Amino acid sequence: MTPTAPALARPAWSGFRGLSGRQRRNLIAGYAFLAPNLLGVLVFSLFPIATTIYLTFTEWNLSSPAQFTGLRNFVLMAQDDLFWKTMGNTFYYTFVAVPVAVFLAFWLALLLDRKMRGVLSFRVIYFLPHVTLTVAASIIWAWIFQPEYGLINFALSRIGIDGPYWLTDSRWAMISIIIMSNWKGIGYAMLIFLAGLQGIPNELLDAATVDGATPWRKLRHVKLPLLTPTIFFVLTTSFIGAFQAFDQFMIMTRGGPAFATTPLVLYIYQNGFAHFKMGYATSMAAVLFLCILAITLLQWKGARRWVHGFDLEQ
Amino acid sequence: MSAWQAETASASAFAAPARALGVARARRLGNLGAWALLSLGGIIMLAPFLWMVLMSVKSLDEVYTFPPVILPTQWRWSNYVEVWNQVPVARFFLNSAAVSLSATLGVLLTSSLGGYSFARIDYPGRNTIFLLYLSTMMIPFAVIMIPLFVQMRFFGWINNLAALIVPGMFSAWGTFLMRQFMMGIPKELEEAAEIDGCNHLRTYRQIILPLCKPVMATLAIFTFMGYWNDFLWPLIVLSSRHKKTLPLGLAGFQQRVSLNTPWHLVMALAVVSVLPILIIFIVGQKYYVRGIVTSGLKGAA
Repeated sequence: MTPTAPALARPAWSGFRGLSGRQRRNLIAGYAFLAPNLLGVLVFSLFPIATTIYLTFTEWNLSSPAQFTGLRNFVLMAQDDLFWKTMGNTFYYTFVAVPVAVFLAFWLALLLDRKMRGVLSFRVIYFLPHVTLTVAASIIWAWIFQPEYGLINFALSRIGIDGPYWLTDSRWAMISIIIMSNWKGIGYAMLIFLAGLQGIPNELLDAATVDGATPWRKLRHVKLPLLTPTIFFVLTTSFIGAFQAFDQFMIMTRGGPAFATTPLVLYIYQNGFAHFKMGYATSMAAVLFLCILAITLLQWKGARRWVHGFDLEQ
Repeated sequence: MSAWQAETASASAFAAPARALGVARARRLGNLGAWALLSLGGIIMLAPFLWMVLMSVKSLDEVYTFPPVILPTQWRWSNYVEVWNQVPVARFFLNSAAVSLSATLGVLLTSSLGGYSFARIDYPGRNTIFLLYLSTMMIPFAVIMIPLFVQMRFFGWINNLAALIVPGMFSAWGTFLMRQFMMGIPKELEEAAEIDGCNHLRTYRQIILPLCKPVMATLAIFTFMGYWNDFLWPLIVLSSRHKKTLPLGLAGFQQRVSLNTPWHLVMALAVVSVLPILIIFIVGQKYYVRGIVTSGLKGAA
């Protein structure tokens, strides 16, 4: 995913004086153009990252000075049932929501790849939820899941099913949020698949047709292999995003009932900004990062087995 | 499975004339099937929006009826006035607009300058710094939110829109996007300019920037919508009612009272917050879609 910067053959740095007039001008202009941007990244990205590392070793409630406590935060975390519970919730949410969304988006993209009337309007319709603010979408869905007056239980009652209490039932709350999140997120994955499908050369598909390939075989042996890099991209980015989901949990359930829908990010938020355990919250954030990193690296490692042309590009 | 049958027909130019009729029919049938499936799904995608609008013009009694009534007996557009009287809607709106606009302008400026530096000027240290940028793109926001909050506290920006605007003016992703686009502009253009005595600032302003309009539009719409929809960071740094952005005001309005939430009014406010962004998307969809597609394919291929 990260393209490596081209390694330019440049003579070893021999000091400002060793440069020609043009090189000097480039050096000055280069840093001058970058300066505002670099300053921002240093102050608002790199410095906080460095602070994160420091804070993980401290106990700090914002009012009294931070206490250095070594690795105590991590020991506390290991013993904190709620940490494990919320971590479990994050994994449950991520590993159910993402595969379902990617699977559905794939078929959806195949349908929307057809040349037929109205297909453009359909693409816009399926994409609209993605651009809607999550807060508003969560509020609408909170009402749709409302057990007594909501649309879903109404629809279920028409076919004789007594619907559950969705958001207030610990067995259904997470599933409700996953349904809402996939409603919102499917358009994004669909669009990337669509771009991938449209990037497949027509000659390949035509050649397959001439060879008498059935539509199913064309999908299985032409489209699917050529789409594996796209599937890989959608999977990795969706996993990273799902690990950080926050808005819908905060709005739809506030993490309840009984922490059944508290993801790790919400737990971090509560520890930091409700209980002012800055050191502890930051330590959990660091663990969250390591989880995301580990899962991304595992996917990269696994990609060799199934992603078309993955080795060639490395 | 009708969709697949029709797919065969997509290369119908190669089909024998004798088969053409059957193929065309299969294609029509397939399209019909696709249409039916897409319409069914489309209803699911649109229903929540429709329900939001319908609820926003109902009376509270109508909201709390079972079985639900689809259409209100009377379309109460006055609900919108009611919301206006209950919460500072204009304030929320202005705050959101001020934050999103100024941060977006900042991103456009810093990213285009930085992208130019990375893509068009050769100097020692450039590639190292670029790798640093790439690595910051990997850091999830949740990881830096606490230190960033502490920093805002240090700057005295808690409950101040500056906490949203100033850090929002820099984007490693935007810089990356601009760099990638500028790398694709032929070097000859700027060599010619250099011979004509153009310095970097003039080359940037008069040659490169005009060529970058499409990517700038993409970056602008992405950034704007990102800030307009942002919830977690404003939730952390803003507290007083008059500083709130729309998502924050909306969330606060919904959670103000746990029972007896005026759902019809909440929905009216939701409509107000969603509408601008839907309009922006529909107007600028070309650039938005292109942004997703290019960033997606850059990563994939």
